[in-house]
Amino acid sequence: FYLTPPQVNSILKANEYSFKVPEFDGKNVSSVLGFDSNQLPANAPIEDRRSAATCLQTRGMLLGVFDGHAGCACAQAVSERLFYYIAVSLLPHETLLEIENAVESGRALLPILQWHKHPNDYFSKEASKLYFNSLRTYWQELIDLNSGETTDVKEALINAFKRLDNDISLEAQVGDPNSFLNYLVLRVAFSGATACVAHVDGVDLHIANTGDSRAMLGVQEEDGSWSAVNLSYDHNAQNEHEVERVKMEHPKSEEKSLVKQDRLLGLLMPFRAFGDVKFKWSIELQKRVVESGPDQLNDNEYTKFIPPNYHTPPYLTAEPEVIHHKLRPQDKFLVLATDGLWETMHRQDVARIVGEYLTGVHHQQPIAVGGYKVTLGQMHGLLTERRARISSVFEDQNAATHLIRHAVGNNEFGTVDHERLSKMLSLPEELARMYRDDITIIVVQFNSHVIGACQNEE
Amino acid sequence: AAGMFLRLLSDVRWRAANAKWRRMTCSWRSTSSTAEPHPVSLPAQAQVVICGGGIMGTSVAYHLSKMGWKDIVLLEQGRLAAGTTRFCAGIVSTARHVSIELKMADYSNKLYQQLEQETGVKTGYVKTGSISLAQTQDRLISLKRIASSLNVMGIPCEIITPKQVAQLHPLINIHDLVGAMYVPEDALVSSANVSLALATAASRNGVQIHERTSVSHVSVQKGCVTGVETDRGQIQCQYFVNCAGQWAYELGHSGEEPVNIPLHACEHFYLLTHPLKEPLASNLPTIVDPDGRIYIRNWQGGILSGGFEKNPKPLFTEGRNQLEIQNLQEDWDHFEPLLSALLRRMPDLEALQIMQLVNCPESFTPDMRCIMGESPTVGGYFVLAGMNSAGISYGGGAGKYLAEWMVNGYPSENVWPLDLKRFGTLQSSRTFLRHRVMEVMPLMCDLKVPRWDFQTGRQLRTSPLYDRLDAQGARWMEKHGFERVKYFVPPGKDLLDLDQSKTFYKPDWFDIVGSEVKCCKEAVCVIDMSSFTKFEISSTGDQALENLQYLFSNDLDVPVGHVVHTGMLNEKGGYENDCSIARLSKRSFFMISPTDQQVHCWTWLKNRLPNDSTLTMEDVTWKYTALNLIGPRALDVLSELSYAPITPEHFPSLFCKEMSVGYANGIRVMSITHTGEPGFMLYIPIEYALHVYNEVMNMGQKYGIRNAGYYALRSLRIEKFFAFWGQDLDAFTTPMECGREFQVKLEKGMQFVGQEALLEQKQNGVYKRFTMFILEDHDTDMDLWPWWGEPIFRNGRYVGKTTSSAYSYTLERHVCLGFVQHFDEKTGEELVVTTDFINQGEYEIDIAGQRFQAKAKLYPFSSLFTHRRRKDEVELSGYQRE
Repeated sequence: FYLTPPQVNSILKANEYSFKVPEFDGKNVSSVLGFDSNQLPANAPIEDRRSAATCLQTRGMLLGVFDGHAGCACAQAVSERLFYYIAVSLLPHETLLEIENAVESGRALLPILQWHKHPNDYFSKEASKLYFNSLRTYWQELIDLNSGETTDVKEALINAFKRLDNDISLEAQVGDPNSFLNYLVLRVAFSGATACVAHVDGVDLHIANTGDSRAMLGVQEEDGSWSAVNLSYDHNAQNEHEVERVKMEHPKSEEKSLVKQDRLLGLLMPFRAFGDVKFKWSIELQKRVVESGPDQLNDNEYTKFIPPNYHTPPYLTAEPEVIHHKLRPQDKFLVLATDGLWETMHRQDVARIVGEYLTGVHHQQPIAVGGYKVTLGQMHGLLTERRARISSVFEDQNAATHLIRHAVGNNEFGTVDHERLSKMLSLPEELARMYRDDITIIVVQFNSHVIGACQNEE
Repeated sequence: AAGMFLRLLSDVRWRAANAKWRRMTCSWRSTSSTAEPHPVSLPAQAQVVICGGGIMGTSVAYHLSKMGWKDIVLLEQGRLAAGTTRFCAGIVSTARHVSIELKMADYSNKLYQQLEQETGVKTGYVKTGSISLAQTQDRLISLKRIASSLNVMGIPCEIITPKQVAQLHPLINIHDLVGAMYVPEDALVSSANVSLALATAASRNGVQIHERTSVSHVSVQKGCVTGVETDRGQIQCQYFVNCAGQWAYELGHSGEEPVNIPLHACEHFYLLTHPLKEPLASNLPTIVDPDGRIYIRNWQGGILSGGFEKNPKPLFTEGRNQLEIQNLQEDWDHFEPLLSALLRRMPDLEALQIMQLVNCPESFTPDMRCIMGESPTVGGYFVLAGMNSAGISYGGGAGKYLAEWMVNGYPSENVWPLDLKRFGTLQSSRTFLRHRVMEVMPLMCDLKVPRWDFQTGRQLRTSPLYDRLDAQGARWMEKHGFERVKYFVPPGKDLLDLDQSKTFYKPDWFDIVGSEVKCCKEAVCVIDMSSFTKFEISSTGDQALENLQYLFSNDLDVPVGHVVHTGMLNEKGGYENDCSIARLSKRSFFMISPTDQQVHCWTWLKNRLPNDSTLTMEDVTWKYTALNLIGPRALDVLSELSYAPITPEHFPSLFCKEMSVGYANGIRVMSITHTGEPGFMLYIPIEYALHVYNEVMNMGQKYGIRNAGYYALRSLRIEKFFAFWGQDLDAFTTPMECGREFQVKLEKGMQFVGQEALLEQKQNGVYKRFTMFILEDHDTDMDLWPWWGEPIFRNGRYVGKTTSSAYSYTLERHVCLGFVQHFDEKTGEELVVTTDFINQGEYEIDIAGQRFQAKAKLYPFSSLFTHRRRKDEVELSGYQRE
């Protein structure tokens, strides 16, 4: 079984999406030039999700990748809802009031987010009313709280994450008279999702991470080479601080059973996640909800199964770790990706491949004649060769696609091997998951001119 | 990097000149009254301040001072001739498509040739000649068209075979060539030195030159220049000339009253090499290989070769602070296609050693033509910039015309194609300019075929019907930012794609336009003509009438509801504008002019109407959608849509009535069609446009109504011998010269602008005459089509050029319009052109070197009109705008 290059391309490009921040009158005032994103499924259906949106009532852009487990329901819900929670958390008091008044009097709402979605990135129509009501309750509380202080982005991100997870939990406990919705909210709560979200506003980049997806900054050094800076910490067993945190939160007696085989309670890889109420609710609550729930839930062995050594829930939190970074002109791009990418590629390689792709031929060590003796013929030969080399890069119009091509198709020499790529992509559904995980990537490109100008102003 | 460039370009000759230059600098300083040597302080005032010490600024200074203006200050922010002028390739080439550009280049060449003798500054002028190569037959046609124009201008030029090319240049590979054009008098110069020579001559004539002085902004009071602010103080002045090259846009925007100068810079690369083993002769012809996108000239025994790539790199979009010109980098990867083309053309150069790849930005304009003239918004603010990489070729001529303009009030040639006022604020968006110049720069080398349309910067101004028409197969062209329909492609029919439809022969839309024309003749068509410029002029008393009577040549004191075709003439009787004016009431007039008159006409009238609150003029272009209902059944369609009687008795030709059409009220209906065909123009308030269009199309169904475009209109108007302003008519054409005496109120004893000139012409006769030519032995399917600018021969002697042409579907012949002059056979002196002179000649039209017999006519065919229903109400005027 062999895939031709065009077949490979059509698989790789099926989910690719690009967004360019519009230029106004020749000027792009945003620090973000645009982003490329793509997904390659291994699970069927894919359990990863991605989101991107521009905040319309505050400045800034939100981008996120979400890695679901035990189904895609939770990842789907978080991908639809989380940015609204973040946007609302960032809104000033007056805007919240204005929005609430509009809802109250049935007037048109101020748009909060402008989504940048691939046609495959769907929103659930059925749950929108339910989700909206929960969100409204949240902003009503924010209005009542009115701290009067300007919103701190870090705090807003943390609040939004925690609040959404709380709402997911509550909605599942309360249930819904509509049986479809009732089953949906339960599936959302019983499945789980990690989230890695970036908020970019001018030179202020915030990364809020929950789980083992990762954010990485691509930095161009003065000599033109590329290096990677991590902007998130994985929440898993490899992270000593995480293991330490989990152990601190539970009695000493549980120390041995907390982390087994590098998994939380011997079951869960990420140490922080949305949903996953099996690791959050008390046993009684779990039993009550499952028993009163629909048959499908009752028949599901997974939901009925209580993790071993389950004494002092919650064992899991959705609270993110937030890192703030001031963008510098040498910070050229940001990669957000689910662990499917990081399992196969080192971040240094990611930085190099994306960096070289984005700068294309121009900054790839420009040729200078200088004082050397070069003939026209020699120069011509050199340029023709460079052109041939570069043309392979331009096969992809999307940096994320380019990265996936490398992640899946790289041979031991670090170059894309078509045969390998063809094999990996033609694996039958049931085998695919054994060789690779779902991969979701967003590559955000920064505008160094704008960032440089902002820096000078400050 | 700056040092590197300096070293490269300052060859021995330059240094010699430079030394001399410095000495002269001292000599001006010693003549100036101040004792202080450095720096000489700026004068407090001057008549003229020129900003920019490149080829343009120095040429303007040179010509102004020659014409007797002495009180001139030239300011240069760096050193003289240090910008694009310094780095440009120094090729003086007269092979130009547009006649005014050709004239400028020819003048420049002659000026530079004697400049060294005049000034003593070595200019490096060498008459090398130039060879333009053709790799395809189409390219050869294009070159032949230029050759025809050059020959009738008296510039030696010949079409040669590839073998002859090889004889003229030893290194050229001729295997892929089909021919070439040789212009033996083209030249090479050191452009910086030409600029210095002009500056030297200017300073001898009294012009003060100050280097290292930059203009921060221009002060304006009451719409006129009053002075400039520089980093070294103020200078009061009456005139300001912006010759700031690629900084002209920014400088234009730096004042409180912005002056829009639509240009944008692109990087431009050329290669310099070490000398060949056997150094190239300095008089070896320059090679232009447009199909390879390159030019190649000899340079100090080696070569200098650059070109115009398909993927240009625009720069300075955000303004000058991004990068300094000297810091621009070489980009070899970008240059690779041009290098390949060079080695293909001259394979023996493989072993030649590279010296440097120079990055020299050039500024480009939205229509590939340079920008000159006075600002429409600020009096006394003149501009000369945007040379589209031909600054050296145009420098002399452009400087001369601008100087004439400033001194005399108008230049000695028709420069409308270059006039700043052809642009408005709408062409000043940086995004528009950035996108457009990326299309314009490759066009430098692309084949110039008839009816070319720009692809970028489109859909800016549109009619409210745009989407409707587009959905019905409209194909669009653009004028002054406005989208206009060329023709409608019928459903199921496919035209060639853009690249393939480029042809000098019969185009693929021939039958489509033919059927639209047929429908106009036999039934009724709708053409959306909303792009027209529309002004309303009204007053509380008779001021409007009185003033317009003076400014327009035809009698406007007609009964209310009449439409008058009239010229807006200058003192010499030439057409500044050609328009129709409807008298809406005793005191208000509705004026319709060509689309690209929006800025020019507005400025002309504003400057001449009294500044009086009782007289108002408003630009209402955007308020009305204009539909042209052409054809014998137009009357029936309109009758059914309105209760007002519109039979010829109630609604004769050249009438204007406000009436309702369908549900919509207040539609201005005029019984004119701009083609000589029967029908109506409907001026519709835009909110009713869709309604009226739908009603017309629905009602028209039973009369066979269909959409039509401007190509059909053009064919109709040309076969009827209607001239249009901007192509046939210009500021150097009078009504007398195009048979429109009947549109002038000479007999009415009223004063108006241009009256004296016209009276004189009436007495003494005219020196050129607008004539219609029917091509006789021209095969529409097989022969090259005429376009415009083709030389006209009478009894074998050159007498003028065509100004427009179209295929007449009625005559089944091509029709060319053009002007016939009468040159004395011996002296070449211009003589009076009489009717007999026109009628008693055998004519030929030269299309790319091939001559076709033509029949000359001074009046349109009456036989064309016989089948018409309203033959007694023919629009008498030869009048049309496009």
